Amino acid sequence: MHELSIARNVVEIADGVVREARADRAIMVRVRVGLLAGVAPEALAFCYEAAARGTRLEGSRLVVESAPLVLRCPVCPRDIEAPDVRLACPVCGTPTADVRGGRELTVESVEVV
Amino acid sequence: MTPRILEVRKDVLKKNDEFAADLRARFRSAGVFVANLVSGPGAGKTLLLERTLAALAGTGFRPAAVVGDPETDNDARRLARSGVPVRQIRTHGVCHLDAAMVGDHLAGWDLAGFDFLFVENVGNLVCTTSYDLGEALRVVLLAVTEGEDKPLKYPGLFNSADAAVVSKCDLAVACEFDRAAAWANLHAVRPGLPILEVSGKTGTGMDEWLAFLIERRRAFLEPERAR
Repeated sequence: MHELSIARNVVEIADGVVREARADRAIMVRVRVGLLAGVAPEALAFCYEAAARGTRLEGSRLVVESAPLVLRCPVCPRDIEAPDVRLACPVCGTPTADVRGGRELTVESVEVV
Repeated sequence: MTPRILEVRKDVLKKNDEFAADLRARFRSAGVFVANLVSGPGAGKTLLLERTLAALAGTGFRPAAVVGDPETDNDARRLARSGVPVRQIRTHGVCHLDAAMVGDHLAGWDLAGFDFLFVENVGNLVCTTSYDLGEALRVVLLAVTEGEDKPLKYPGLFNSADAAVVSKCDLAVACEFDRAAAWANLHAVRPGLPILEVSGKTGTGMDEWLAFLIERRRAFLEPERAR
């Protein structure tokens, strides 16, 4: 359960955005979480509420976007979205460790007022 | 004020990544090869480390270790018996080590005096995934007692590893461990992952494991020499 530390980081980043924008508070924070990032969206949402308490983010909505696993197939050769966590090309089956997407853990945007 | 959406695109773990990059630079300039050992609780990290520290020290290398646990310093006391420098990181409930915790526990150590530094992470197959500790090698342990499908259940961590150690091999038969399935699953989430089979208890596979570490350290130091 490291989502609380992650949530605190999200709050810290978003709070910085509110401050720099000279806004009052945030009403929505959008984060992007890759399939391989090791973060459970439900747990993150739960911890976010606690982490936001008493800050300019209190009561704001956390929107978690999931980023799919994208693999570069050496044979095909192109970037292909994988349906699960197996690191093989979903088209031709060639194993590949060339991960082009799915490790993301980013704050994408903050809606402020 | 009217609501407005501000684009940010910032890595949530940026702070840790920056700290880890600093550590990596320090390790590189000190010439110390750092391995981060990760696994679920009870996969045999401490016993493997105990054996590894003793064997490396016995062959003239200068190893050291920091070990992370939510509570107690049992592991550090156990490892200290090997006579090499060992420090305990107590995370007080936190389920992973981060780069700052590791950095704090290196204070006062002359890193250039070490050839190997092992970081034994908190036993956890999820949370340890995203925290770079500045290591040169991430080793994930999979005990034969755990079940062959662990890599599929925890793909993030197994995918992030540079090598896997299949541990407690002496128990493989008793557990009806399906070796082929385990290898296939490891390679499904991390194609090409080097796999070593070790028993910390009997010592089986230790020579290969040590040779692997020594070779990786040699390769790590090589660019330095070439310069």
